[in-house]
Amino acid sequence: MAKSEFICINCPLGCMLTVEYDGNEIISVKGNTCPRGDKYARQELLAPKRTVTSTVRTEGSVHRRVSVKTVPEIPKKDIFRVMEEVKRTVVSPPLKIGDVIIHDIADTGSDLVATSDLGE
Amino acid sequence: MRELVVIGGGAAGLAAAVSAYDSGIRDILIVERGTELGGILNQCIHNGFGLHTFKEELTGPEYASRFIKEAEERGIEHVLGAMVIDIKPHCVTYVCPSGVVMEETKAIILTMGCRERPRGALNIPGYRPAGIFSAGTAQRLVNIEGYDVGKRIVILGSGDIGLIMARRLTLEGAKVLAVAEIMPYSGGLKRNIVQCLNDYSIPLYLSHTVVDIKGKERVEGVTIAAVDENRKPIKGSEIEFECDTLLLSVGLLPENELSSKAGVALSPVTNGPVVNDKLETSLDGIFAAGNVLHVHDLVDYVSEEAAIAGRNAAEYIKGSFVEGERVAVKAINGVRYTIPQYISKEAGSVTIRFRVSGVFENKYIVVRKGDDVIKRIKKRILTPGEMEKVELSSVDFNDDITLEVSNG
Repeated sequence: MAKSEFICINCPLGCMLTVEYDGNEIISVKGNTCPRGDKYARQELLAPKRTVTSTVRTEGSVHRRVSVKTVPEIPKKDIFRVMEEVKRTVVSPPLKIGDVIIHDIADTGSDLVATSDLGE
Repeated sequence: MRELVVIGGGAAGLAAAVSAYDSGIRDILIVERGTELGGILNQCIHNGFGLHTFKEELTGPEYASRFIKEAEERGIEHVLGAMVIDIKPHCVTYVCPSGVVMEETKAIILTMGCRERPRGALNIPGYRPAGIFSAGTAQRLVNIEGYDVGKRIVILGSGDIGLIMARRLTLEGAKVLAVAEIMPYSGGLKRNIVQCLNDYSIPLYLSHTVVDIKGKERVEGVTIAAVDENRKPIKGSEIEFECDTLLLSVGLLPENELSSKAGVALSPVTNGPVVNDKLETSLDGIFAAGNVLHVHDLVDYVSEEAAIAGRNAAEYIKGSFVEGERVAVKAINGVRYTIPQYISKEAGSVTIRFRVSGVFENKYIVVRKGDDVIKRIKKRILTPGEMEKVELSSVDFNDDITLEVSNG
């Protein structure tokens, strides 16, 4: 049996959560003071996910960068692999909010999407 | 004469203009200093905006674009690259590419936002080398201009912008060595501590501050030290970091040079205008909302507040504004300030926003009218970093209101 600790992010209380688990089976969640803590601890242990937000280089625009995000969230462990691909990317106008810049970025199944418009 | 001039086209200005329009005002001008609408949201490319307003998690530019679209759909006029240099009741003077414009107007809404507290306000010894940035400046340089600000970074202050930049610079390939916070708790949101620092194993040194900056041309190192209960550095506790960059995330100050010059009464606690429940300042027909009024942690609350200012400015312009007697709202015992500071007697229902002065667990927020308790709310936790609110409805405001943190 193993143990992991997390700080709950659902409210300013920031409960210290302790999860006891065996492989992929969660035995107990302790330290939470509400059900949201229990749910958060399980997700953080088994499949932590994050939205990566960054910017992409541009060509042919007065704006030097266009802001982007991953949709949907990517596995936390893939953040730096995704960033490698973001850094290699260059885009040209026009782009609209929501336009997909890279499909299935770094084989995560998520897309890299523009979060701002890009004009010339 | 114009009906309404809104100073600043960021989150607050856009929401105020849209709300004034929806309350029947058509002749509105937003005066914006920058090259586009949206204000500081444009450089806040991280997500987490709009959970209250749109029930989804947006990035800053996405949140801004929703309000810009609303303003455009209504045909609300704006001028960019326009710097307001003077305001007085019923007149705004600004400089823009076409010259100096004096705009006579029935009402004005102040939505100029806030500014970062600079190094000069901190008394840190050392030379003045390159490589010291306020966190928001670094955010702009990286996210908008596309520059690298440094490779090895120390951050002073654990406000949200500092935390967000710790993650952002790490993703860009920099090494963030430490975040030092002079207080025993972080001023940032829990979520940001976890997702910006813990996710990347960036250490947070609570009760620590910067005591020395090394380097003459460029930052070469930063020394931090633990502080005692009086926030004085403790000898022998110094930790040295070899680094090329120091970011400062040490607080925001409402930007009220214009208001102050105009004679708007300012609060020494919020550094923003003193307002009544209609968010009208001490000067006739001048309203205020957003970070120029008091620093917010969530943009959703900025939009909400600005909509109230917009509605009331519209009532004022239409002449249906009742300016009667008022009572004071007093912040005591752990409540640091309230917005508004005054409530008109016939207000009926009011939302009071406030911040507390320390961390409190298992306490009550007690609201009194005169000596009578009119509301008591149990709080598991109260922290200075999180803005709180109480809603008072159907109250006959015939005596002063007091807010305090209490045991029972």
